[in-house]
Amino acid sequence: MNPANYVLLSAVLFSIGAVGVLVRRNAIVVFMSVELMLNAANLAFVAFARMNGNLDGQTVAFFVMVVAAAEVVVGLAIIVTIFRTRRSASIDEPNLLKY
Amino acid sequence: MTELMPAEGVFSLIWLLIALPLAGAVILLCAGRRTNSWGPYLGVLTVSASAVLGWVMLWEMLQVSPEQRTVEQNLYSWLVVGDFQADMAFQLDQLSMVFVLLITTVGALIHVYSIGYMSHDRDRRKFFGYLNLFVAAMLILVLANNYLLLYVGWEGVGLASYLLIGFWQYKPSAAAAAKKAFVINRVGDVGLSLAIMLMFVTFGTVSFEGVFGSADEASQGTLNAIGLLLLLAAAGKSAQFPLQAWLLDAMEGPTPVSALIHAATMVTAGVYLITRSNAIFDIAELAATAVIVVGVITVFMGAIIGSAKDDIKKSLAGSTMSQIGYMVAAVGLGPIGYVFGIFHLLTHGVFKAGLFLGAGSVMHGMNDNVNMRRYGALRTVMFITFITFAAGWLSILGIPPFSGFWSKDEIIHAAFEQGVVVGVLLVIAAGITGFYMTRMFIMTFLGKARWEEGVHPHESPKVMTIPLIILALGSTFLGMALLFWGDIESWLEPVVGFESKPAALSTAATIAISLTVVIMGAIVAYVMYWRRPVPIEEPRGSWLTRAAREELYGNQVNDALVVKPTYVAARATAVLDAKVVDGVVNGSAAFVGALSTRLRRYQTGFVRSYALSMVGGAVLVVLALVLVRAS
Repeated sequence: MNPANYVLLSAVLFSIGAVGVLVRRNAIVVFMSVELMLNAANLAFVAFARMNGNLDGQTVAFFVMVVAAAEVVVGLAIIVTIFRTRRSASIDEPNLLKY
Repeated sequence: MTELMPAEGVFSLIWLLIALPLAGAVILLCAGRRTNSWGPYLGVLTVSASAVLGWVMLWEMLQVSPEQRTVEQNLYSWLVVGDFQADMAFQLDQLSMVFVLLITTVGALIHVYSIGYMSHDRDRRKFFGYLNLFVAAMLILVLANNYLLLYVGWEGVGLASYLLIGFWQYKPSAAAAAKKAFVINRVGDVGLSLAIMLMFVTFGTVSFEGVFGSADEASQGTLNAIGLLLLLAAAGKSAQFPLQAWLLDAMEGPTPVSALIHAATMVTAGVYLITRSNAIFDIAELAATAVIVVGVITVFMGAIIGSAKDDIKKSLAGSTMSQIGYMVAAVGLGPIGYVFGIFHLLTHGVFKAGLFLGAGSVMHGMNDNVNMRRYGALRTVMFITFITFAAGWLSILGIPPFSGFWSKDEIIHAAFEQGVVVGVLLVIAAGITGFYMTRMFIMTFLGKARWEEGVHPHESPKVMTIPLIILALGSTFLGMALLFWGDIESWLEPVVGFESKPAALSTAATIAISLTVVIMGAIVAYVMYWRRPVPIEEPRGSWLTRAAREELYGNQVNDALVVKPTYVAARATAVLDAKVVDGVVNGSAAFVGALSTRLRRYQTGFVRSYALSMVGGAVLVVLALVLVRAS
């Protein structure tokens, strides 16, 4: 199968993720969209590694997974804390940090 | 040619001439109020000791031949910077010698007089301290062997003059007068300092010996520049046109100060400076001509102002300006005039000190009233002052055989040697001198009493009248003594040079003409102020009288030319600073502030809008990359 299709798929996934981040209010869904974007990037890395015939992209994909895992840990912790205090997971409500 | 002799014998004490009054000043000014009782006597003692030392030195100087009379004492190297060297070194020659004697002797007499005059002042030790400081500075001025040390003395007398004019500083007029004298003198001092710098650049040295020795090697232009700068300095110190405005206000100081500083010694420092720099002025013709012009203008300004003032001290101050104008004109004439300029300086120093002290004695008896319209008939109550003032009056008029006759007549004769114009002008000015001095004499001592009520004129105490008597004797005999016994021409000749040219007018004719003119002036005064009663209120007078009362608008001219433009420039600078400089700074701050007020609206607190801007930015970057790649 042509590796370029994987790159296209990755672009589509990334766009879906980005739109999800922009339009959804629920923090968990936004988070999932972020994960979608990260994994879209991973897919692109792996596809490019395959196209170029070396392992650099695959290596970076592992790093991204590690970063994503760490991010999930910290991010979920924050979301849970906010949910406990405000009884809501909307990301539009905590808007005190402004002008 | 004169040679420099090392200071031996009594001459090794040249430094002591200065150190004595300086020590007096230091003690009196540092020790404070407790010296009030004995301080005045200490002041008199130091100056008198200097005077005695001076006379001993004169005696010693007379023992050696004229070529060996220039003595130099080098105390130590004062400033050495690269090529530049100035020594703390003194040079006593025939010219400095006569100045030393004038300063210390007249100074001592005025110190004695001040004991009486200032006896009621609670700050009298300060007064005597300042006077001692003045004497020390003036001696430095005339004894220095280089221009830089001369400059020290020059500034020192300026400081002493400032302190003494403003001695009664609680009077706003005295404080203002002191400030005015100081500021105007500063203009002249700039001239002197520039002249010194120019000398160093041109000759590589500032010592008299070095500068005069190589004066003929410099270009005419440089020498003229130095000469004109020195003239500016002399004009400031000697109250010559155009820096004359301070002298009349300086009369706010106590009268002994007016006598010592603003008549006899300090104001003649300009004449000394020009005479000392004769090697420069002999070559620099333009500068020498400028000196004559300045002198002649001031002769007339002073005489006209003196004719209209009713304040006895200001009238005398106008007369001082005028007489110094004579000296300046004389030294501008070159070798035919130096000797007579100095000769007149000496006789004037004595008779004008006598006149001022006489005026002080009159004021002492009249409750410090200076208005001559409220004097009159004082001969009846203060006989000694009357007689001594008369000696000064006849001397300044130039009536033979009084001192002023010999010196002023020699100047007029020398002027005729140079040319008819200057000679005629000086003769006319002599006529005005005859008028204003006779006017002053008649208004003060003769005619009817016009005293204010409650004033009881009385003769001054002996401590004041004895100096008056000595100065009156000097006013009478000093001229003859210097000319015939002292032979002033050959005495000064080794230092300043002397030559005689055939004059347009013979000596006898000069004497006859100037005497006639002077007596005519005196007769006019007699008719105007003795035959007719003197009104107590001053009459309106002619336009010339009114102009002279306003000091020939010297202050107005200064205001218009210097003070007003300075104010305008200062205001303009202030506006420029507030509007433009501050405007740029404040404006840019306000701009940044306003801009950030707008921009911070974009910090909404909504995470998703931030995310949108990030995405937008990323899209833009990618688009830019793609476009750059594509092109």
